[in-house]
Amino acid sequence: MKESTFIIRSNTQIARSVYKMELCGDIFDITRPGQFVNIKLEGFFLRRPISVCDAEDGLLTVIYKVVGNGTSKMSKMNCGDTLDLLTGLGNGYDLSKSGEYPLLIGGGVGVPPLYMLCKRLISENKRPSVILGFNSSDEIILAEDFKSLGVDVKVTTADGSAGIKGFVTDAMDGISYSYFYTCGPMPMFRAIEKKALTSGQFSFEERMGCGFGACMGCSCKTKYGYKRICRDGPVLEREEIVW
Amino acid sequence: MVNTNVTLCKIKIDNPVIPASGTFGYGYEFAQLYDINCLGTFSFKGTTREPRFGNPTPRIAECPSGMLNAVGLQNPGVDKVIDTELPKLKKCFNKPVMANVSGFSVDDYAYTCEKLDKEEQIGWLEVNISCPNVHGGGMSFGTDPSSAAQVTRAVKSVTGKPVIIKLSPNVSDIALIARACEEAGADGISLINTLLGMRIDLKTKKPLLANITGGYSGPAIFPVALSMVYRVYEAVKIPIIGMGGVSCAEDVIEMMLAGATAVQVGAMNLVDPFACQKIINSLPAAMEKYNINNLNDIIGGAHRWEKT
Repeated sequence: MKESTFIIRSNTQIARSVYKMELCGDIFDITRPGQFVNIKLEGFFLRRPISVCDAEDGLLTVIYKVVGNGTSKMSKMNCGDTLDLLTGLGNGYDLSKSGEYPLLIGGGVGVPPLYMLCKRLISENKRPSVILGFNSSDEIILAEDFKSLGVDVKVTTADGSAGIKGFVTDAMDGISYSYFYTCGPMPMFRAIEKKALTSGQFSFEERMGCGFGACMGCSCKTKYGYKRICRDGPVLEREEIVW
Repeated sequence: MVNTNVTLCKIKIDNPVIPASGTFGYGYEFAQLYDINCLGTFSFKGTTREPRFGNPTPRIAECPSGMLNAVGLQNPGVDKVIDTELPKLKKCFNKPVMANVSGFSVDDYAYTCEKLDKEEQIGWLEVNISCPNVHGGGMSFGTDPSSAAQVTRAVKSVTGKPVIIKLSPNVSDIALIARACEEAGADGISLINTLLGMRIDLKTKKPLLANITGGYSGPAIFPVALSMVYRVYEAVKIPIIGMGGVSCAEDVIEMMLAGATAVQVGAMNLVDPFACQKIINSLPAAMEKYNINNLNDIIGGAHRWEKT
C-alpha cells in the first residue's frame, strides 16, 4: 500500500451516471487486477474505494458511478486537479487458477476490474471470453474495449435494448470455460453461484471505513473464518463463500 | 530541542501520541507501512473473553467531519490474542503496549485482564466500559458510577499493571463516573469513547448502519472531547488520556492543555494510515511555534484561567 498524489488527466462521462477518470501517478503498488484504490476527496471524511480498471505506464484508469455526494464531487473534477490516493489495496484476482479458457462475467460498474484482468490473462497466453451485463443500453461500458483486446464479448441487457435480452447467466449457455472470474451486484452473484459449472472467484463490495484492514468495518463470514473485504478480499473464492 | 516525553501511570513514553483501540488492529499491519516504534505506545483492538464476529454490515457510515462505526467489538478472543497476535506484534514493536479490554460482566473483565496481566509486553490495561455498539455490553458499566467502580475493583484485584478506565461521553455527568473509578483504584482515565449517533439512507429510508446506531468519531467531536477532558481533569488526580477527533499536533497540545497526559488518535488512522507518524513528526515544530519546551509543563495548563 502506498499513499501518493495523482494528477487527473481526463474525467469524462461514458454512460448514464458513469465516468471514466485517468490519473497520472505512482502505480507501482498496483500489482494485481481486482485491487482497488481509496480516494480522498476534499470535504469528505472517509475515502472512496474505487476498483482499478487499468494501470499501465504510470496511468491509472478508474471507472465509477455517481451514487452519492462523494462520487458526484469526483465527477466534477477537472483535468490537472490532484487527488490523494491509497493504492495497492485488496488482494485482487488470482490468475494462477484460470485454466486455458477462463470466463469473465461483469455486471454494471462491476465490469471495470475485469478489463485489467482480461489483459493480464491474454498476456499469459490464456483465452478468456467475456460476458457483460447491464440494465439497459445506455449503461453499457467497456464492451468495445474488451473487443479491441480480441476476445469474444457477449453483452446482455435486462430490458433487451442491446445484445442478449436477459441476465449474464442467460449468456453462459453454450460457452465452455475452465474457470470464472466475476464482479457485480449480489443478485448476479447468486445467479452465477447457481449456474456456474467450475470453480471461480467473486469480487465483493462493502461499505468500508479504512480500506486497508484496520477498522473491521467490512468483515464477512467465510467457511474458513472471518475475512475483511478490504484486505483479505475483495476477491473471495467460490469454495469459501457463505451465501 | 523540545521534550516530548511524558509519564503515563509510571511508565515513561517517548511522546504522548497513542493510536486508539479499534483503529490500529494489533499493530503489525501498520508496521508494514512505517516503523511503529515511533509511537508513544498504542492501544490494541478491544479484546473480549470469547471470540466475537461483531455486528452485521454495514458497520460504517460517513458524517460531517467524521464517521459512525458499529463494528461491535470484533476480535479473536483473549486466548488467540495471546497465542497469535501478541507474538506477531513483538516482532515489530519493542515498547510496552496498551491492552484494551471489553466485557459483558464483571467476571468477564476480570477473566480477560487476569490473562493479559501475564503478558510481559503489556504495559497498561485500558478497560473499555463504554462501547456503544454492543447490547447489554460494556456501555451499561460506563453509565453508572457504582458499576464502573465495581469493574475497576475487579480488574485491579487481578493485575499489578496500571489500569486505565475508558469512559463514555453518553452520560449526564462524566466527572462523576471518573471520580468513582478513581476511588475504586483506577490508575488512569481515558476519554472519550464515541458519541452515540445514526444516519438514515434517504433513498431506502433505512438506517445506514445494520445496528441502527453507532459511535460518532472524527474531528467533529474534538470540542466535545476537549470539554470533557477539561471537566474530568478538575474531578480527578490520576492521569487522563484525552481522545476524540484528534487529527494534528495542535490538537494534541490543546488536549494536553485541557488536562490530558497523553492523547489517543482514532478515526484519523482510518483516513490516513500515516496520521500518527505525521503527528509525531510535526509535534516538535508545533511546540516551538507555541513556545513549549516540555510537554509536561502544559498538562492542564488551561485551568489557570478563571471564567470571565
